[in-house]
Amino acid sequence: MTTKLFGEPVRRREDARLIAGDGRYLDDLGAGALAVAFVRSPHAHALITGVDVDDAIDVEGLVAIYTWEDLPPGVREPLPLLIPHPALTHGRTAYCLAKDVVRHVGEPIVMVVATDRYIAEDVCERIRVSYEFRKPVVGLENAVDGPHLVHDDVPGNVGAHMVQEVAHRDGRATRDVIAAAPHTLEFRLDVERSACMPMEGRGVYARWDADDRSLRVYSSTQTSTSVQMAIAAKLGLPLPKVEVIAPDVGGGFGVKIVHPWPEEILVPWAARLLNREVKWTEDRREHFISSAHERAQVQHVKVGFDDEGRVLGLDVEILHDHGAYTPYGIIVPIITSTQLLGPYKIGSYRVEFFSVYTNTVQVTPYRGAGRPQGVFCMERTMDKIAQYLGKDRADVRAANFIQPDEFPYDQQMIFQDGRPLIYDSGDYPESLRKLKDLIGWDEFPLMRSKAAEEGRRLGIGIGCYVEGTGVGPYEGGHVQVTSDGRVHVSTGLTSQGQGHETVFAQIAATELGVPIEKVSVVTGDTRRFGYAVGTFASRAAVMSGNAIALACRKVKEKALRIAADALEADPADLEITDGMVHVVGAPNASIPLATVAVLSNPLRYAFDEEAKRATQFATGGSMDRPPVAEGQEPGLEGKDYYSPVRSTFASGMHAAIVETDPDTAEIRILRYAVVHDCGKMINPMLVEGQIHGGVAQGVGGALYEKMVYDEHGQLLNASFMDFLMPYVTEIPKIETDHLETPSPLNPLGIKGAGEAGVIPVSAVIAGAVEDAEGIAIDRMPISPSDLYALRDSSRTSGAVSRLRNTQ
Amino acid sequence: MKPPSFVYHAPATVAEAVEALAAAGADGKVLAGGQSLIPLMNMRLAAPGHLVDINHVAGLAGITAEPGGVRVGALARHAEVEASETAHAAQPLVRRALRLVAHPAVRNRGTTVGSIVHADPAAEMPAVLALLDGSVRVRGAEGERDIPAAEFFTGPMESSLRTGELAVSVFFPSSEGGTAIVEMARRHGDYAMAGVAALVAPDHARVACLSVGAVPVVVDVTEAEGDWRRAARLVQEQIDPEADIHATADYRRHLTGVLTERALKAAADA
Repeated sequence: MTTKLFGEPVRRREDARLIAGDGRYLDDLGAGALAVAFVRSPHAHALITGVDVDDAIDVEGLVAIYTWEDLPPGVREPLPLLIPHPALTHGRTAYCLAKDVVRHVGEPIVMVVATDRYIAEDVCERIRVSYEFRKPVVGLENAVDGPHLVHDDVPGNVGAHMVQEVAHRDGRATRDVIAAAPHTLEFRLDVERSACMPMEGRGVYARWDADDRSLRVYSSTQTSTSVQMAIAAKLGLPLPKVEVIAPDVGGGFGVKIVHPWPEEILVPWAARLLNREVKWTEDRREHFISSAHERAQVQHVKVGFDDEGRVLGLDVEILHDHGAYTPYGIIVPIITSTQLLGPYKIGSYRVEFFSVYTNTVQVTPYRGAGRPQGVFCMERTMDKIAQYLGKDRADVRAANFIQPDEFPYDQQMIFQDGRPLIYDSGDYPESLRKLKDLIGWDEFPLMRSKAAEEGRRLGIGIGCYVEGTGVGPYEGGHVQVTSDGRVHVSTGLTSQGQGHETVFAQIAATELGVPIEKVSVVTGDTRRFGYAVGTFASRAAVMSGNAIALACRKVKEKALRIAADALEADPADLEITDGMVHVVGAPNASIPLATVAVLSNPLRYAFDEEAKRATQFATGGSMDRPPVAEGQEPGLEGKDYYSPVRSTFASGMHAAIVETDPDTAEIRILRYAVVHDCGKMINPMLVEGQIHGGVAQGVGGALYEKMVYDEHGQLLNASFMDFLMPYVTEIPKIETDHLETPSPLNPLGIKGAGEAGVIPVSAVIAGAVEDAEGIAIDRMPISPSDLYALRDSSRTSGAVSRLRNTQ
Repeated sequence: MKPPSFVYHAPATVAEAVEALAAAGADGKVLAGGQSLIPLMNMRLAAPGHLVDINHVAGLAGITAEPGGVRVGALARHAEVEASETAHAAQPLVRRALRLVAHPAVRNRGTTVGSIVHADPAAEMPAVLALLDGSVRVRGAEGERDIPAAEFFTGPMESSLRTGELAVSVFFPSSEGGTAIVEMARRHGDYAMAGVAALVAPDHARVACLSVGAVPVVVDVTEAEGDWRRAARLVQEQIDPEADIHATADYRRHLTGVLTERALKAAADA
């Protein structure tokens, strides 16, 4: 058995439990709890003029009905704006229950508590809310142009306006650089809405202990510590009297980092008020209309470039659809603006965004978080430059790459963490070389012409991205070795299926030299670790991974010191292998780590045979020193934090070969290749799993998923029947290759991998379809019906231009 | 997504089932595979006061060869019909079409008769029954009758089944000549955006189209005389597809033309 597990493809330790049905998700808990359902607005924009519960109050099993008027101070205020920003001049958040106005279909108005969910829904059906209708604002351009407002006090529906510019090194402004460039292009791009759609929706289960005056809350969240703080603040409870636990969570993808959700406040509040256990489990329709969406943007792009395709100036204006509220601030358009730059040196760059309110579900980060839109913009730009110049699309990208000897590379912008956008490391030319090999870029023209002889139409596409990962401010880790030799690792951030029980155990086993079977990992439980930020932004491995490694190093140092005393050796001569501390080169001079744990805790009372060794008459320590030396603590445990100076930047490149049916306009992905660089890999199998899942979501965004709102603000496809999340049958085999460019910013040299797979997929597929069809693909997703219409209009306009990767 | 309460009936015989349905009147619904009904109830789009569960009724699960075709009972699951050599020998189109019905998990519970009675114009089995000129056998208080496919489908999710009647079986006739079905769905197993079932016999040819009208649209294309492109045009002239969020009406019409040609070609070669 080896304990050097860092970098090994260790199988996921959580899967046996999860696959066998032994997982405990939110709705598996609290079988006897009261159930909650909500009356949600069926209208996109209306004044609430009355709530009539007369027909509802006699329903057998009804426990309580609440509207905004029933809520106490704290709970009745608007929900917090989590990430304020000076450019967000008109930030607006919702109430837990709508106060006077509803601003999107699905906004909660009435909370019903009943003995079960069936009855709660029966009651909801009998409650009559009367409305005075207002004109809904739907569609980005309608929002900016139209006379109707989502919020009366937000003129033009613009919540935020921000301009960032990186001038040319000679001082010229971007627009001047573009005006003077040898070649220029100008175009518009559109990206539609999609959403996280975790298999498990949101959910909250709360129990109030009246004797202890404490509250325990389980939430399907990506941040239990922040939920804990929000509940304590809103309900006026002392923080130590609120425990928040994320049980097994069936996916998050961003939507569960938003907090507190109205239900996360209302359910604990009702549990305390009623002194009963209360639970709310979101259903799929609620998830569609009452949680969050992302992606929708309109981009207007101007680019100036030279004969080699080098970008001299890039000017991007973005309309970003924020939906009805801005609880998560303007993180998404900020990420689009900054990560748009990708692996490239852009001569000068100006980006301006308007973040716009519409009467639709609010927009908060979804895996990729603004990057897919930014990468779509930049990669479409690269393809258009190549087409214009008649150059190979890969060559144009290579001509713009930051070179390996230019790191750290300062993009001279401010990133989403409020810190400079400085890339720490990477090797983009090598990534491109690997990708071209993997997909067979240079051989593709032959493949294409062979297929053409059979009447088949093929195209190839490519997309590159850089992803800032592991954003701060910090995470912590706690590691305790108990006298049975077991290692208990805890960290405050949560897990939603990433495999933290595996990778954090790999880190601990490697650092401490113990078998992985001895290591257990707890995440997202405020009882075990009270300080944390959360699991988002591809940060868990970087942040908690490093914190756990640092905590393990503290434990190891202490273990070696205690063992050195016992073995009468120098700590520097000791190492730990398979849970035994021994003198290097002398395996017989050893002591089990379990015994070290016993000795670390001087005892008065023995509770078992092992403990006798640490009692006061058994130890042979010096009589001149206190049993616990000054500056030391009893127990073999350590806690440490990792707080990075700034984000670490992972990168990758994808390529795809697609086939389009000349008759039916079907789009089929024949091959999909990924080269990925997330620094040192803790577990390559889990990295690949992350890539596979990400690409699958990316394929969804490229070919299948959109939120179809009609002009009344009704979401027409709020079910899995009509919102086309791809099945496994729609996902191609994903071929991967890795590059490991360590991050110099953290002790383990790692970068995040969680979002990588999803980021460039729309750009890659658009490029490939464009290559197959010779029609500009500037709006994603694209369906066969869309492609048919594009073919039709390009035939009539005669604007067919062939694109080829090699001329 | 929880249904309102309802009265649950579990009859053991067809007579009891018919009795329960008659008593419930318009407020009664039959539960067989439940693959459409239960989601509709969970979303409170359907709220029957009485649910007559026929899963315990004896004698409804048969797949039986009869002269000129195969009879499929109301409790025969899609998967059983798909696997049935009896059904396949009588009419190979049935198996080919069933492989396009949703996914294996749905086919394991869903029933072929249920799918036909549900009368979704986007579904495969109503189109197959219409193409083959099959029939639905129903039992009511007044006894049993056979309804020809051409009279059975009356609108989207509407059939000529009367209140209080139970569909006990459907009959798929054998056919002379070849058959085929092709369709295009957004994802594997979804309801098709367009689809065409085709029959090419020595003396005639016809198709049944999915998703382009209120009921399966059967078009006789014998006059095309084997020119399947011409047949496709004939079909396109006779359909009036509607747009939805997945496909424009234009695209549906185009696609139905392409699929008509493909289906007829495949049927002629079969």
